[in-house]
Amino acid sequence: MNTAELLARESFVELPARARVECLLDAGTMRELVGPFERQTSPWLPKQDIVTQADDGVIIARGTIDGVDVVVAAIEPAFQGGSMGEVGGAKIAGALELAAEDAAAGKPVVPVLLLETGGVRLQEANCGLAAIAEIHAAIVALRALVPVIGVITGPVGCFGGMSIAAGLCSHLIVTREARLGLNGPQVIEQEAGVEEFDSRDRPMIWSLLGGAQRAATGLADERTDDDRARIRARIAAAVAAGPTRLARTADVAAWDRLLEAIDPAERAEAGVVREVFARHLGGRHE
Amino acid sequence: MNEAPSLGAEWLSALVGEAPVQSGYPASVRVVDGQLAGRAARFIAVVPDPHSRYPRARNGEVGLAEGWALARAVREAMAADDSADTRRVIVAVIDVPSQAYGRTEEAYGIHQALAAAAEAYARARQAGHPVIGLIVGRAMSGGFLAHGYQANRLLALSGESVQVHAMGKQAAARITQRSVEGVEALARTITPMAYDIDSYASLGLLHRRLDVAAEDTSQVAVVREALVAAVADIGGRTDLADRFDDQGRPASMAVRRRLREQWAG
Repeated sequence: MNTAELLARESFVELPARARVECLLDAGTMRELVGPFERQTSPWLPKQDIVTQADDGVIIARGTIDGVDVVVAAIEPAFQGGSMGEVGGAKIAGALELAAEDAAAGKPVVPVLLLETGGVRLQEANCGLAAIAEIHAAIVALRALVPVIGVITGPVGCFGGMSIAAGLCSHLIVTREARLGLNGPQVIEQEAGVEEFDSRDRPMIWSLLGGAQRAATGLADERTDDDRARIRARIAAAVAAGPTRLARTADVAAWDRLLEAIDPAERAEAGVVREVFARHLGGRHE
Repeated sequence: MNEAPSLGAEWLSALVGEAPVQSGYPASVRVVDGQLAGRAARFIAVVPDPHSRYPRARNGEVGLAEGWALARAVREAMAADDSADTRRVIVAVIDVPSQAYGRTEEAYGIHQALAAAAEAYARARQAGHPVIGLIVGRAMSGGFLAHGYQANRLLALSGESVQVHAMGKQAAARITQRSVEGVEALARTITPMAYDIDSYASLGLLHRRLDVAAEDTSQVAVVREALVAAVADIGGRTDLADRFDDQGRPASMAVRRRLREQWAG
């Protein structure tokens, strides 16, 4: 972006989840399901003296994007770090299951997942983990019928079991502000030590897990700028595409060759990682 | 064989007897083709490999190599039965302490490796392979999501070694800024935070808990019988409905019911 573009841009990252959904859907088409007035809140947080939120941090809405029927699931980064509890998890899993039923019946509804999550909400551990497994199952079932669009913009990024969900999406859109990884930096540091991973070294973290790197290695399909109109346009294009074979999970032999090229004793650096991906998987070498 | 003790390895051996371990996989992923009540069955376990090239995946964690090997093992079984009338059973023998935590792992997309494994199991189930997750030890976090959580039916053995959770106790305590005692105290009153298998079973996610101690492989006949019964119970089902229809997670049921009522508008 040049200066004029920067001044004109409207940030998507700064929006709360419900506003994100509103700015994606065609005007007047948004219909929220199991909205905040239903008060489906976490049954587990009050028992731990933690304040609940009326939508449990997940917004589910049906509507259209450029006329295509979609269901958007948006995780609210500001509530409990976007963590997945029982209710929020069931909202996403249940919506995807209904979309799969409709798609199988010849009424395609394209899911768009706004993934802004640290993963399982530890205060609801096994309920969150189970819901995430159900989300994985539904995405795999859906992908044969419709594209499943994943979007990670930041500020939280996408971690834990939901990073696996991102890895299952047909088309994954990221911004430079996004991060995508299985284990959060703090967790790696706690488990493996600061020499292995310094959770305060932000340039290192973004160089390895950031949106630019993930798009350059092909672990994300495209990178876009943090701008509402641009993000909407990219999602609209992805929504209009048909279902595709997902090379990222299907090309096991290519990945096996890539693994052989890795020397785990060597400290992974972003440039080397990009080269390895470009050589073995044809990642977009930016 | 000189190896670290592993409930996954012990139960795999007990279940398959003399059948050979398939070659071409990392030492940490054991794939054995055997039988269940006359039907072909592929048994898969992730086991410790103290000599793994990956230092962060030597204790039975699911790492890069394990994720892709699991995907390959399951996809191979699917391809072999592509035109068969009866698809082979797939049994994930589960004792996974966690996913691998490491810089190399994140840099090379461990989430994608685990996605490939989860997808392979989900596809096998959807294609009509009866898929069973047999929890013989720890079923933890990303390790469990990649190895077993996509099964049609989850079965578990008994005893303190059998645990299901999103994060190990020590790590969960550090991340939630509590003491280990604090985590244990909460686990006594908040069912999904508990580690023990009976609490897990009360959430309705388990098809059956067997009265067989995880350490007692002499009871293998009982376990095999339960696997056979689970295959019969699956019948032609290819979804996870077994878990949704249970009363163990009332909030999840309520959300699904309301979504369905509002879906069509």
